[in-house]
Amino acid sequence: MNNEIAVRFDGITKAFGSKVVANKDVTFDIYKGEILSLLGENGSGKTTLMNMLAGIYYPDKGKIFINGEEAVITSPHDAFRYKIGMIHQHFKLVDVFSAAQNIVLGIKDEKYNIKKASARIGEIAKKYGFIIDPNKKIHEMSVSEKQTVEIIKVLYRGADILVLDEPTAVLTPQEIEKLFVILRNMRRDGKTIIIITHKLNEVMEISDRVAILRKGEYVGTVETSRTSEKALTEMMVGQKIELNIDRSEPKNSEDRLIIKNITYKNREGVLVLDDVSFTARSGEILGVAGISGSGQKELLETIAGLIKPDGGDIIFHNPKKDKPVTLFHKTLKQVKELAVKGCFHYPDGSPVNLSGISDKQIKRLIDEEKIIFNEDEIMDLRNKTPLQIRELGVRLSFVPEDRLGMGLVGNMDIVDNMMLRSYRKGNPIFVDRKKPSDLADKIISELQVVTPSSHTPIRRLSGGNVQKVLVGREISYAPKVLMAAYPVRGLDINSSYAIYNLLTKQKENGAAVIFVGEDLDVLLSLCDRIIVISGGQITGVLDGRTANKEEVGLLMTKHSKEVETND
Amino acid sequence: MGDYIVHIVTAIGVGIVFLYGCLGEILTEKSGHLNLGIPGIMCMGAAGGCYGVSVYMGTLSNNAEPSWFLLLFISIILAALFACIGGLIYAFLTVSLRCNQNVTGLAITTFGSGFAEYVMSMVKSNEGTEFAIAKLKFKASLPFAGNLGWFGQIFLSHGFLVYFAIVLAILMWFTLKKTRIGLNLCAVGENPATADAAGINVTAYKYVAILVGSAIVGVGGLFYVMDSNNGSWENASTLLAYGWLAIALVIFAVWKPNFAILGSILFGIFYIAPNAIKGIDLATMKIFKIFPYLITVIVLIFTSVFDSKNAQPPAGLGLTYFREDR
Repeated sequence: MNNEIAVRFDGITKAFGSKVVANKDVTFDIYKGEILSLLGENGSGKTTLMNMLAGIYYPDKGKIFINGEEAVITSPHDAFRYKIGMIHQHFKLVDVFSAAQNIVLGIKDEKYNIKKASARIGEIAKKYGFIIDPNKKIHEMSVSEKQTVEIIKVLYRGADILVLDEPTAVLTPQEIEKLFVILRNMRRDGKTIIIITHKLNEVMEISDRVAILRKGEYVGTVETSRTSEKALTEMMVGQKIELNIDRSEPKNSEDRLIIKNITYKNREGVLVLDDVSFTARSGEILGVAGISGSGQKELLETIAGLIKPDGGDIIFHNPKKDKPVTLFHKTLKQVKELAVKGCFHYPDGSPVNLSGISDKQIKRLIDEEKIIFNEDEIMDLRNKTPLQIRELGVRLSFVPEDRLGMGLVGNMDIVDNMMLRSYRKGNPIFVDRKKPSDLADKIISELQVVTPSSHTPIRRLSGGNVQKVLVGREISYAPKVLMAAYPVRGLDINSSYAIYNLLTKQKENGAAVIFVGEDLDVLLSLCDRIIVISGGQITGVLDGRTANKEEVGLLMTKHSKEVETND
Repeated sequence: MGDYIVHIVTAIGVGIVFLYGCLGEILTEKSGHLNLGIPGIMCMGAAGGCYGVSVYMGTLSNNAEPSWFLLLFISIILAALFACIGGLIYAFLTVSLRCNQNVTGLAITTFGSGFAEYVMSMVKSNEGTEFAIAKLKFKASLPFAGNLGWFGQIFLSHGFLVYFAIVLAILMWFTLKKTRIGLNLCAVGENPATADAAGINVTAYKYVAILVGSAIVGVGGLFYVMDSNNGSWENASTLLAYGWLAIALVIFAVWKPNFAILGSILFGIFYIAPNAIKGIDLATMKIFKIFPYLITVIVLIFTSVFDSKNAQPPAGLGLTYFREDR
């Protein structure tokens, strides 16, 4: 490392629309031949800043200097001319093309010859230690292979300055190690490397210096060897963050949802869930840890009734003992059937016999809460659709990973989105907007949703507010089981904590909460128990209070088929 | 035997109209744009070509023999240009203004057929004789074709535009498969963000693909009037039907120009079959007309069931692209 400056940002400002300022007067230098980590929370403007270096965006104000000269980078092509290459978080690859075709895509000053290109790709791979098959199609590749293609793509163009946007987010620990070896090889070769990340341990491990952005503004640059994770966190969030999430002891915990030997093969015939068994208990948060794509999504969707498993059972214990039956959850017909089975007793303890009693009288008995369950109900939810599950009286709430795809409708307002859950109630022809509207207002005020009104289309809200609306709707039904997949993905720290508190509150209300997360620190400080899923198998059940990160990390990669084939 | 050969020759004549429409649409779709304006653009091209014929014939003194080259050159250029008007409107609306492609395309089809009727009403005045002379030039084949028996009739008896279409199809297949331009175009249609990041001018590729595609479709319209319909323009709606079938043919050919050549002739056979087979009733004739659509649906089912990555539409088809979308 020397002190020659490779990139200088001078007063860079970039705004989207009139309100969102992504970068504000950012000024700092990046040296030649160093690995610089660009650190910041979600939405701190790291990616936007780097996109300006790569020519995806153009700054509103300010200048960029490359090797001491002012550079006008208006397109990705300009960026190549300055030998800048960016590896985006969402890979920019054409699925139906081969690796080599993707690598040569867009190069103008070279004859189009895949054979020659493949040979050069081989040389680059050898030089830095990549493993790649130039003829393999992208859609046949694993995530890590795709990333390799992306990196070689920029090296092939002779890039000297490489920007990697959260390169480790999708990799297993072993793959991350390999990537770091390659990055070090590139540094040795004199390349300047900028990696965008918010994983502090990786920052400490790989980088020479760390530049920190907060809310679009530049905070400072520190040498990695002279700092600590704690100091970096403070610079990143601006204030000391309460690292401990308020975790209460589970009360009156009992088995609520029992998953037994669930297996599921997807359409491509891949075994996504392999003999999964676990129990979710009331009054506790069960964390699900795992590398993304290990079967978490399918697991939750199986429980929610969106996927039919190939085998296994989903048993739900409906906590009904000593509680009166209601016509809200049971039809009159169902009540009669249950009465015949002897499921009920009167308040004085005598068994309920409904034969010879008119429907009107039964209804009155139910309204007066005279018909009481003897025992908890036990129901098999397997092969039930979400609607059937709801009709059974199972209050199961699901906060899916894809908020605006599965959870909410972006073009509809908050009230209409509330109605997605309640449209079947009331008059069969005309909809009742009063109750959903009240619920929307309640959620807006209680969860502090920032929105112009309850009639603003959801897609105009920020990620955190969208999530509050979704979670708010799901918990408004006082769920017995609440499943949340990556509920804080893309949210800032404050919104994340608001969501953690909501989940904890549900747990205290006696719900069985299933939380699928990616940040191990959060899982370890939020959850009471943690199950680890890897390659569709449960590789461990840990106590959230005593487990440590290494343990979880190890289990996350155990049995992982992808790792085995890569080795 | 003789009957069959005549029918096959007719089927090729009809099929080539589909082939022009299909090639133009393949090129457009490869850039990620589903142009449902193809039938209308075909009408516009036909009108432009006829206008060209009329203008050129008008410059000749009575009984003068029109020059084969000039007649074809002028009418083809005008067919392409008129079609490009439709293509340009479509491209401006969908690429620059990012309008919905389906709505825009359907509007262009409506516009195109009206536009063509209007132009033809001006050209039509002395259409009969002029077109009758011009069509002979369009249909002029190699002189020795007639001496080669069935081989000559099937393969060599056609006018210039038939071979032009086939050469175009092979050229397009080669360009898409083997050249950098083809690779770039496919990248634009598959994943415009990726193409953009790779330094490809996405907007330019889209415009050029849509315009060249429209021009090809327009020549198809001219070919229909002058060759397969024997130098007569009936009305826009018959030609619109050809346009829709051409779009179906794109799916049947799974977006491959080389498959489109055979597919177009197959569609041509289905199209003329009801008239060629003697002694079938009206209902059966109508059923024959269903076949091209039916086999297209079957192709869709097959590619979907086997989930073949090589037989799918471009991944970015129908989606608008805006670089600063977040």
